[in-house]
Amino acid sequence: MKLGAVGGDWLDQRVSGGGFIKFFARKIFPDHWSFMFGEVALYSFVILLITGTFLTMFFDPSMEEVIYNGPYEALQGAHMSRAFESTLEISFEVTGGLLFRQMHHWAALVFMVAIYVHMFRVFFTGAFRKPRELNWLIGFTLMILGMVAGFSGYSLPDDVLSGNGLRIADGLAKSIPVIGTYISFLLFGGEFPGTDIIPRLYTIHILLVPAAILGLIAIHLVLLVLHKHTQYPGPGRSDRNVVGFPLFPVYTAKAGGFFFLVFGVIALISATTSINAVWVYGPYDPSPVSAGSQPDWYMLFTDGGLRLIPGWESTIFGYVFSWNMLIPMMFYGAMLGFLALYPFIEAWVTGDDREHHLLDLPYNTPVRTGLGVAWITVYIVLVLAAANDLLAIALDLSINDLTWLYRILFFVAPVLAFWITKRLCLSLQRQAHQKALHGVETSRIVRTETGDMIEIHEPLNEYDRWVLVQHDDYRPLKAGNGVSSLRAAATSFFFKDSITPASPAELREALEHAGHEKHTIDQLTGGDYRTPAEKAVH
Amino acid sequence: MKALAARRHHPMALLVILLLALVATGGLYAAFQPRVAQAESYSQEDIAAGEALFLANCATCHGRNAEGQTDPDGQTVGPSLIGVGAAAVDFQVGTGRMPMQRSGAQAARKPPQMNEEQTRQLAAYVASLAPGPSVPAEEYLSGGDPVNGGEIFRINCAMCHNAAGAGGALTRGKYAPPVLGLEPKHVYEAMETGPQNMPVFNDASLTAEDKRDVIAYLDQLEDVGSPGGISLGSLGPVTEGLYAWTIILTLLTGCAVWLGAKAK
Repeated sequence: MKLGAVGGDWLDQRVSGGGFIKFFARKIFPDHWSFMFGEVALYSFVILLITGTFLTMFFDPSMEEVIYNGPYEALQGAHMSRAFESTLEISFEVTGGLLFRQMHHWAALVFMVAIYVHMFRVFFTGAFRKPRELNWLIGFTLMILGMVAGFSGYSLPDDVLSGNGLRIADGLAKSIPVIGTYISFLLFGGEFPGTDIIPRLYTIHILLVPAAILGLIAIHLVLLVLHKHTQYPGPGRSDRNVVGFPLFPVYTAKAGGFFFLVFGVIALISATTSINAVWVYGPYDPSPVSAGSQPDWYMLFTDGGLRLIPGWESTIFGYVFSWNMLIPMMFYGAMLGFLALYPFIEAWVTGDDREHHLLDLPYNTPVRTGLGVAWITVYIVLVLAAANDLLAIALDLSINDLTWLYRILFFVAPVLAFWITKRLCLSLQRQAHQKALHGVETSRIVRTETGDMIEIHEPLNEYDRWVLVQHDDYRPLKAGNGVSSLRAAATSFFFKDSITPASPAELREALEHAGHEKHTIDQLTGGDYRTPAEKAVH
Repeated sequence: MKALAARRHHPMALLVILLLALVATGGLYAAFQPRVAQAESYSQEDIAAGEALFLANCATCHGRNAEGQTDPDGQTVGPSLIGVGAAAVDFQVGTGRMPMQRSGAQAARKPPQMNEEQTRQLAAYVASLAPGPSVPAEEYLSGGDPVNGGEIFRINCAMCHNAAGAGGALTRGKYAPPVLGLEPKHVYEAMETGPQNMPVFNDASLTAEDKRDVIAYLDQLEDVGSPGGISLGSLGPVTEGLYAWTIILTLLTGCAVWLGAKAK
């Protein structure tokens, strides 16, 4: 008996891992690079846990006032909180501390970038459709938790920049009518900034949020395995199978390798590129605000709205309503809510109750793709607005003009983006329709005796053609017969100018026509499709 | 003492006391008033040469007697230079901002048009028009306390010039330029005279020693550089985010495409 078999059996009898391993090891992953951004997010999170654990060993979340006496000369003798001092210690005294700090921060940025890219992939390919709506919501919650983790994390060093961010959080809390002041006092343990906020954020940052993220990631992955992986349409692929490689051994090797690649890229960037040089911002003091003060990128959009909105406020029954805070907040809520609920909105519009494991090509769903691009456009306008001062300098423009430009773009750009994207998708669909029927144009033209011109088309093979004709075809509904007028209007908005994929009848006719054409061409050319010039050369 | 006591009812006594009090106050003020010692004295030739340069290069906008000019709409073409002092001239001309390249929101820094001698002569001429801040003495340009300077910088300067001194935007196309790598005297003069849109930090708001400390802090910032690696312009989270979305995402996508590619 082999030693390995004894070991495996011993373990199997005690934890009955065999079935479990069999189930996971035989999970199939389709090969496509766009499926790997979720993994990037996962690996960045692992890096965040590793580097974060290192940082907790040296960071002291205390707002006790101390006098700095470390190696950074420009702050020697300065008053600061213990949190800021310990951040300086990590940066300048702990061996490898600055590298770990930078890895932690860069990994956080990459985590959020990967989440967004992954989310866009899922959105534009329709991977959120039944049965994956709940997993979309879990992913959405992970994105929000990522923002909370980021905000609570970059506030911990207690430098001027992060303090400015907390001041905005304080302002937002206080802008809530009637109860705002109480909420702020509850959060900060009294008047801002107080001495409670850093320890509280620390608990949130190292315990609450990571635990929630970890739990949700676990559910996200279990559901991923249960649902099986989605795949792009192709010959032999259907809603009832998955074509790809098994988790073991191919994908365990690929995924393991990918972890080290992500780790390597983040380590390389962190070793060469500075991030959040807190010693430059200095210890927190409520009075100064530096030029170019912005939050980390995933919070930028929240700053953008605040920079764009005019300073509106009104007093109702003696309460001040800061519309310049409340309207942006409500808008962000609506914007994120739309994203979270989109699978349900679309399911309501299409009335589609089937399971979908085959992905949509984005141009086959023009309205969904248009809405997604419009959403991203609003997001980008808000991000640019948050960077209006830096852009004013970089572009040598007036910040006032830029602000007005963004105010206009905020309303105009998403509409334009939607319309242009939708038209582009429809054009691509028409082109795919033509290509499926007639094949690829070769730009070789034959003239008949009667002077007619016929272009030689190279027909597609059946595998390539399948991708162009396999997608669903939705039609607008008429109101009545159990269909509400709202839903009728929604289906009309989604599908009124949809392009029907080439039908078998159309295809038969086109192939027949092509046969005749080929016969004529072959008669004229003798089956030799080379141009006269090419013939002359040979 | 007796003689003095005998005369204390003299009608002139009051006048004498008043005079003594005035001399004492004035003397004490002169002794203790915070100001930079006159660094240079200008000769009559300097002033004459400066005037000639002024008429040739500056008078178009600032007027033949440096009294300033306005166009028919009442817009300032060039402000009056009477009383701006040698420090203002040394800064504006020494950093190439004047003579101005083109009118606009703000005069941009460019390679100086006047050499050091000409700058000195222009300064001499403007200083001769009326008293004003003079070019700072060497002692105020080095050896300051960077810790105090840092605090002053973060509270008074960073809101426009950025905590890292990388510069920042002001309203309507104006801007606060980057402040690292400058000549200390220009930093001092900028604080002293408040060029372009900058507020004046005269000796009453920031003493000469405070200004020296700010210069020391900027020196220190420059010396320390960026311990964490490439600084990305020291512009903070926006450039960091851009870096993550461009360079890092490209690297990671490259890895993903590599891994996603089918084995041949």
